[in-house]
Amino acid sequence: MLNPSASAKCLLNSKKTMKKLESSLLNMVLVLTGVAVIMGGVLAFVNHVTAGPIEEQKQLALEKGIKTVMQAENLTVTKIDTVKMAVDGKEQVYIIYNNEKGAAVQSSTMGFGGELKVLVGFDTDGNILGYTLLEHQETPGLGAKADQWFQKDGKGNIIGMNPGIKALDVKPAKGGQGDVDAITASTITTRAFLKAINQAYDANFKK
Amino acid sequence: MSYANIIKNGIIKDNPTFVLMLGMCPTLATTTSAMNGLSMGLATMVVLICTNVVISLLKSLTPDKVRIPVFIVVIAAFVTILQLVIKAFLPDVDKALGLFIPLIVVNCIILGRAEAFAAKNSPVASLFDGIGIGLGFTLALTLLGIVRELLGAGSIFGLTLLPETYNILLFILPPGAFITLGFLIAIVNKIRN
Repeated sequence: MLNPSASAKCLLNSKKTMKKLESSLLNMVLVLTGVAVIMGGVLAFVNHVTAGPIEEQKQLALEKGIKTVMQAENLTVTKIDTVKMAVDGKEQVYIIYNNEKGAAVQSSTMGFGGELKVLVGFDTDGNILGYTLLEHQETPGLGAKADQWFQKDGKGNIIGMNPGIKALDVKPAKGGQGDVDAITASTITTRAFLKAINQAYDANFKK
Repeated sequence: MSYANIIKNGIIKDNPTFVLMLGMCPTLATTTSAMNGLSMGLATMVVLICTNVVISLLKSLTPDKVRIPVFIVVIAAFVTILQLVIKAFLPDVDKALGLFIPLIVVNCIILGRAEAFAAKNSPVASLFDGIGIGLGFTLALTLLGIVRELLGAGSIFGLTLLPETYNILLFILPPGAFITLGFLIAIVNKIRN
């Protein structure tokens, strides 16, 4: 790669043992620098080629997410707001995608396994239209069920609820305050998820 | 040694997972389903083939004392290229394996083959070694993924075969990976001998 004739020679002489370059300081510096520079060049080229498509994929994924949570086929985001809110002494950032049906809000909390990032859609009155998990590290088979559990046909359906009327909370086993069925054996994930939704509502409607 | 033999060795005699026991971290972490195992295996294979060929081409130019840094630079470059390409054109694979693709840099199979094979053999032989070892790794990961997905989620490649009542969640979780790997190593080695 560095020297075409040397590469060709080494192809021809592959059966014999090739004499290696001596490990002198100059040789080592030259070879390592040369390899690094060439590889850097190749990387820069690939980065240049893929930068556009990568950005496109991100946009597509976000648009698809927004459409899903707003339950709409056609939608234009009219305004993007970034809201900073202090939660438990820590500042959290919320991104609000305003559109003609209401707003899709990106919110995150700490789940059981790490950051739990959700995108939730509200209509103009604050009723939940839909949600999707953007990122999570919940346990597969337990907390990871959150992507289906709270949907319309899931056991802990939250679609249509309004955190403004009553903040979403877990339904305790015997009577009590909340209305949402927790995911079996994943109360921490459930609480984190509902907190993310409530905070998304606050960020959008109480700013 | 014929090229067919090199490939056969990579799959059976020197199988990276069941015999050499290299690259255990991605093996255990990514095989939660057959599809994930297959994708991870193929991604590693692509990197392995590219690095094997380039390192073999560079071998007479590389002074012995800096060979490891040179190998690492080459490996890291190819892994980054692969990561960018996956992000740009295969978003689903990126979603499932995104976290593990950069870790291919430190996958010991790749450095192991660079040191043990590519640095001593011709580029063409190294190409075939990359294909052989890559196939061996892909087959092992897919097999592991199939077993774990079947027992844990009741399906193979997303095709549901067993009703949910028979799913053993443990096999999707990390302990299931160790248990499955242990049994597969025992079975494969029994057959090999």
